[in-house]
Amino acid sequence: MNVVLLGATRGMGRALARRLVERGDALCLLGRDPAELERSARDLQVRGALPAPPPAFLCDLARPETFGPALDAAAQSLGRLDTVVVTAAAFAAQTVLEGDPDRARELATVDFASTVGFCEHARHRLLAAGGGTLCVFSSVAGDRARSPVVLYGAAKAGLSAYLEGLDHRYHRHGLRTVCVKPGFVRTGMTAGLDPPPFAGDPERVARRVVRAIDCGRPVVYAPPVWRWIMLVVRHLPRAVMRRAEF
Amino acid sequence: MRSDEATIAGWGRVSAPGRELRSDDLVRLSDGATLSRGLGRSYGDSSLPPPSAREVAGTVLADRVLAFDPATGGLRAEAGLSLDALTRMLLPRGWFVPVTPGTAFVTLGGMVAADVHGKNHHVDGCFGAHVEALRLRVADGRIVDCGPDRETELFRATIGGMGLTGHILDVALRMTRVPSPWILGESVRAAGIDALLAELERSSAAWPFTVAWVDGVARGAGLGRGIVHRGRWADPSEAPAGGPAPPGGVRVPFDLPAGTLNRATVGLFNTALYRAHSRSAHRRVQSPFRFFYPLDRLGDWYRLYGRRGLTQHQCVLPQERGPAAVHDLLALLARRRACACLCVIKNCGDEGLGTLSFPRRGTSVAIDLPIDDRTQGLVDALNERVIELGGRIYLAKDAFTRAEHFRAMEPRLERWTAVRRRWDPELRLRSAQSVRILGDPA
Repeated sequence: MNVVLLGATRGMGRALARRLVERGDALCLLGRDPAELERSARDLQVRGALPAPPPAFLCDLARPETFGPALDAAAQSLGRLDTVVVTAAAFAAQTVLEGDPDRARELATVDFASTVGFCEHARHRLLAAGGGTLCVFSSVAGDRARSPVVLYGAAKAGLSAYLEGLDHRYHRHGLRTVCVKPGFVRTGMTAGLDPPPFAGDPERVARRVVRAIDCGRPVVYAPPVWRWIMLVVRHLPRAVMRRAEF
Repeated sequence: MRSDEATIAGWGRVSAPGRELRSDDLVRLSDGATLSRGLGRSYGDSSLPPPSAREVAGTVLADRVLAFDPATGGLRAEAGLSLDALTRMLLPRGWFVPVTPGTAFVTLGGMVAADVHGKNHHVDGCFGAHVEALRLRVADGRIVDCGPDRETELFRATIGGMGLTGHILDVALRMTRVPSPWILGESVRAAGIDALLAELERSSAAWPFTVAWVDGVARGAGLGRGIVHRGRWADPSEAPAGGPAPPGGVRVPFDLPAGTLNRATVGLFNTALYRAHSRSAHRRVQSPFRFFYPLDRLGDWYRLYGRRGLTQHQCVLPQERGPAAVHDLLALLARRRACACLCVIKNCGDEGLGTLSFPRRGTSVAIDLPIDDRTQGLVDALNERVIELGGRIYLAKDAFTRAEHFRAMEPRLERWTAVRRRWDPELRLRSAQSVRILGDPA
């Protein structure tokens, strides 16, 4: 399988890329920091016992003009695209965003509008090649609005809805969408936050996501228990959510 | 738990107020940081922040391999890469670390900082002997490359320097080619300390890996009885087809009540373990995970020691003092009726390049002790004896040694301190341990 990953230099994307390369998939990395891309490509080269590091190209969610050229370069270096994975996103605590409207707008733009923009570029290319898989990391934060993640949750809710819409519209044309909804996972993004019960680790999430990609499952919670947690949280009355601190 | 109430602990549960900040970007994380911490497997307070800092830089997310040359075994990786991950990656391809400690749950950075030694110290020395280069973030913020060929003094002070000379960012080392991913191991029973030390010495002449488990609570004629383990990598002709399965294992799910491990229960367990071994040597091909990391299969085993946790006293006694010195130390434990739950003896080879590294030619004695109100007195008594015998202790295990005792056993301290001061005149890099043992400002 030929896989393009945006955001595989750290966190869950890093773990996912390692799992894919270890089982022999051909990878291409997209990211915004050339030095980081190079370090990750070398890591994947050793882990996959490859003769050369996987190709890497610059692509920045904050710069939509990079999306098309990066995907074209990736498609060219891999021969064809089977799967496009997006793990890149911006994150900031609600308390930080509240005091900084510019940063709030930026986060909403990157995590929703720009991510959708990138996915549109990817969708066009996948459909033109006869189909493929688009796997995007949304979040359980998009399942129910909650006070600690107002903005992040809103952007992710939009993203989840977009992915579901894509699935309805293009499934019959061969596009498989996989919307990953991680709960709390111990990565650099969540460092500094106190992990709640049921916190996951990136390697397990990666294992689950690879299975979901292989069988084209449209929505995957990771760790799986979050599916049931969110089922409850989605049905909590508003009066409870107003008082809740989670 | 709110962050201002958070505590951070070493493996033996000795804790300090503070928390661990993690990032996959070590260059950014280490900027201005007081101390780096890997997987937190040092038993005492080596990886805990000094009282004024409250934060340590956690390196475990920085775990990328940056280069591996299958022709030479040269490997370069970020400091947070764990030995467990490295072994799972490269053992199936015929490579293993040149030196491994008794657990795989350590980072490369931690292995350098403690200059870990293993069952092959008598032939291969410490981990530091196989390190080819380090990239450090030093106290003034600069990033400095050092190695056996450049910035040698800084390099030697960093090997075994407990992370106090600079934050370790990248580590380059040379891996060892192994003929198969299996160990051919033997074990031999010895009825007392003299027989055990003699067997250990004999085994070490022929085997690259040797260590002895000792019944730390047996007294009288059985003082120092135990089992000598020795091994080497199996030849392909001796090895089973395929590789060893990476171990699963179970966790200790909760803290056992304090006092569960006492002289009576440990004595029963040790006697059973000792008697279960045949009188003749026992030989088998086994998984290196089992051979090198027997305790790793029992996750969170520190919980066996109850809420107050454990400490380990590990010292090395000089070769020239002979078996009598080891006998002396074990007799002291017996006399004080100490509960030496686990006792491990290993003969060490020559001192390595680390200015402050632990091993020297002689016999290393490691004793696991449950922490109780008598622990400080016991460690003091052990240290006084170690000083008399001309030995020294291993900082990676220590939580109770007094500054004056450490100074008395470390004539090398002055030289190491001079290098440290040159790179960090204001002592920005500190740990709870360096405050306790080196008298650093809190």
